[in-house]
Amino acid sequence: MAIATPAAPSVEIPTIPLRELLPWLLMFALLAVLTIFFVSADQGAISIPAGTAIHEWVHDGRHLLGYPCH
Amino acid sequence: MTARTFLIHGLIAGLLAGFAAFLVAYQIGEPPVEAAIALEEAGAPADAHTHESPEAGHSHDDEGGTEVSRQNQSTWGLLTGTVAIGTALGGLVALAAAGVVGRIGRLRPSQSTALVALIGFVAVALVPFLKYPASPPATGNPDTIGDRTSYYFAFLAISLLVAIAATVLGTRLLPGLGGYRTVLVAVGSYLVVLVLAAELMPAVKELGEFPAQTLWEFRRASLLTIATMWATIGVVLVGLVGRAHEKVAVENARRELAASL
Repeated sequence: MAIATPAAPSVEIPTIPLRELLPWLLMFALLAVLTIFFVSADQGAISIPAGTAIHEWVHDGRHLLGYPCH
Repeated sequence: MTARTFLIHGLIAGLLAGFAAFLVAYQIGEPPVEAAIALEEAGAPADAHTHESPEAGHSHDDEGGTEVSRQNQSTWGLLTGTVAIGTALGGLVALAAAGVVGRIGRLRPSQSTALVALIGFVAVALVPFLKYPASPPATGNPDTIGDRTSYYFAFLAISLLVAIAATVLGTRLLPGLGGYRTVLVAVGSYLVVLVLAAELMPAVKELGEFPAQTLWEFRRASLLTIATMWATIGVVLVGLVGRAHEKVAVENARRELAASL
């Protein structure tokens, strides 16, 4: 009893239950898709809002990150 | 380890990745972008506002519209873009890593996270770049931007979905086939589907007479920017996840020891 050897032969690998992960994934994926849309595609193929302000502000990033710009 | 742990670490990794990508883009990406804009303005029909204000922004709106100065586009604007995309990608990679942790063979959390970052880079960045590479200012017909945007994101979506399917297939085959054959089958099936999709999808040929040297410099810089972003996300996230897992393991060992006394 007194011998305190670690019981597990190898490191225990945790998993995260999918039902716990899902709300985080859903919420963050929705926000991320919006963010990516504004940087990568807005005021190019479609415009929300109309104009070119967002397109121009992120113009160089859009080109260099590989998105079709204009 | 919880979804929260992963997401927070992913956001940190993504933020750092955004700054790293900005540095690379600013240092090696801006010179070819400037060169392309100079070509565009030299080739453009004599237009009142380009002559009156040579420092004015790179605008595609003939009616004037908002003008952001080149100074702002190449610094704060670029930084906004890289940090926003970096943080979004960092969070997404982290949540994907949270989903696969403990579910891919006997891979430890840092190993499965590294695999997710690697697959993410190949499927989301590298393969779409090979089919629809980044194009500098002064190329591309404004009338086809809708089609080109759809092709790009459609191909990206195909690549991502097939990569996810191949990974799930791999986890199913792993116990029966072993590591080597599983990787061959999973990677092979991804490649077959993507080569087919790339063959079937329309090509974009709108470079015209754009100078090859500037094009190469621009595309190399673009790929390096994207690779920097993914590499930083991967390296930082793997480090943080590995540390978090170690903490949990130490905590568990201590609890077991206490229980055994």
